[in-house]
Amino acid sequence: MINLDQKIYGYRRDNNRVGIRNYVVILPVDDISNAACEAVSNNIKGTIALPHPYGRLQFGEDLDLHFRTMIGTGANPNVAAVVVIGIEPGWTQKIVDGIAATGKPVQGFSIEKKGDIQTIADASKAAYDMVHYASGLQREPCDISEIWVSTKCGESDTTSGFGSNPTVGNAFDKLYEKESTLLFGETSEITGGEHLVKARCANDAVADQFMFMFNRYQDMIERFKTDDLSDSQPTKGNIEGGLTTIEEKALGNIQKIGKKCVVDGVLDKAEMPTSKGLWFMDSSSAAAEMVTLCAASGYVAHLFPTGQGNIIGNPILPVIKICANPRTVRTMSEHVDVDVTALLKRDINMDQAGDMLLESLIHTSNGRMTAAEILGHQEFVLTRLYESA
Amino acid sequence: MIQFIVHDEDDSVGVVTVEGLKANDTLTGWIMDQDVLIDIKINQDIPIGHKLAIKDLNEDDTVIKYGVDIGRTVSKIAVGDHLHVHNVKTKRW
Repeated sequence: MINLDQKIYGYRRDNNRVGIRNYVVILPVDDISNAACEAVSNNIKGTIALPHPYGRLQFGEDLDLHFRTMIGTGANPNVAAVVVIGIEPGWTQKIVDGIAATGKPVQGFSIEKKGDIQTIADASKAAYDMVHYASGLQREPCDISEIWVSTKCGESDTTSGFGSNPTVGNAFDKLYEKESTLLFGETSEITGGEHLVKARCANDAVADQFMFMFNRYQDMIERFKTDDLSDSQPTKGNIEGGLTTIEEKALGNIQKIGKKCVVDGVLDKAEMPTSKGLWFMDSSSAAAEMVTLCAASGYVAHLFPTGQGNIIGNPILPVIKICANPRTVRTMSEHVDVDVTALLKRDINMDQAGDMLLESLIHTSNGRMTAAEILGHQEFVLTRLYESA
Repeated sequence: MIQFIVHDEDDSVGVVTVEGLKANDTLTGWIMDQDVLIDIKINQDIPIGHKLAIKDLNEDDTVIKYGVDIGRTVSKIAVGDHLHVHNVKTKRW
């Protein structure tokens, strides 16, 4: 039985949140500021630029989500300091102010009236000082419960439902007992098992919020759906892996919340939890979109079970892959952090598999790189709600 | 050696967990919740991860896995048949 009372070594930030990575991020407000951000990141070693295609002419709830995602990404405890670059000063400052609330170093730069070259020079100087600052920070002992852990599965197959997803569920049950802050989502992939999630909600108010989010997503799908949902739910990979219907996929999916965890609260996309416990976040089931939202919600470690072999990573959120499919482990071993194929041979039980995963989580928290980090997977993918104006 | 797994004895299906199984092979399966073993002869080749019927099903029957409804049959399915998108459809969307 793994000892979850041992300390892990993380970076304690000014707002008392704990990170397990220590990035200096160069964050574009909008698509046209990507080039300047990438130039700064090229000039100053030890920084990472997060280019993305959006941030112009968005409005209403879609713009609110953009700001939440940008601010949440910069505020994430895996990030030590942030340079923000936008085309104009207004939206740039709004993101700077949001990140500054955490107490971490953050500075904004806007390109109009200066041009790229001057902006890159000014921002590079700021980034230089931030790398000095961040690289001087030391890891210190922290409780495991201070590591916020999210989950989402991908390229699922039937082995996900038997093996890798319940392994996450077993780990979640153990972390929940230690009063960790946990998260799951993938709203469309609960279809067929929504009654089971509803029954796990802490009270009627949480159950009502969950069903509101669930029905809102169903309404969107009903509005745009094609006969077979265009091989998107289940995906071609899911079907190749043996999953037949969305209901079957959903029942496998919700194995990730274990047997004991209670759903304590519900979040809209990229909102931050306000207390410990298990949170449901309304979110896409597309891997990179969902994991980007988890990072923006403040999560610092991610458990990602896969069947057919989804290879996703995230620039600031370490993604730990768990796989129970022997063919995938044989053909794609460099993408798998935790091999639980022994479960399907009855060589280990679920309790042992859950402990193997928690051990990997502890190593990752202490600084060991995940498969996706080593392979350079940095998918930063923003969720959009509707067209730009 | 286990060649397929069933979540619960009331389920209609099991899942093949090894590669290379051919029609007329007799497989040993493990029913997880009750922790018992069963043998079933399969009627077609079934790839790893795909399902076999462990109960006879009529057209328009409900398919049960994890003890829960996962869809409806669109043709008659016999014990040992490959059960997938060609003979089972969602009840949603």
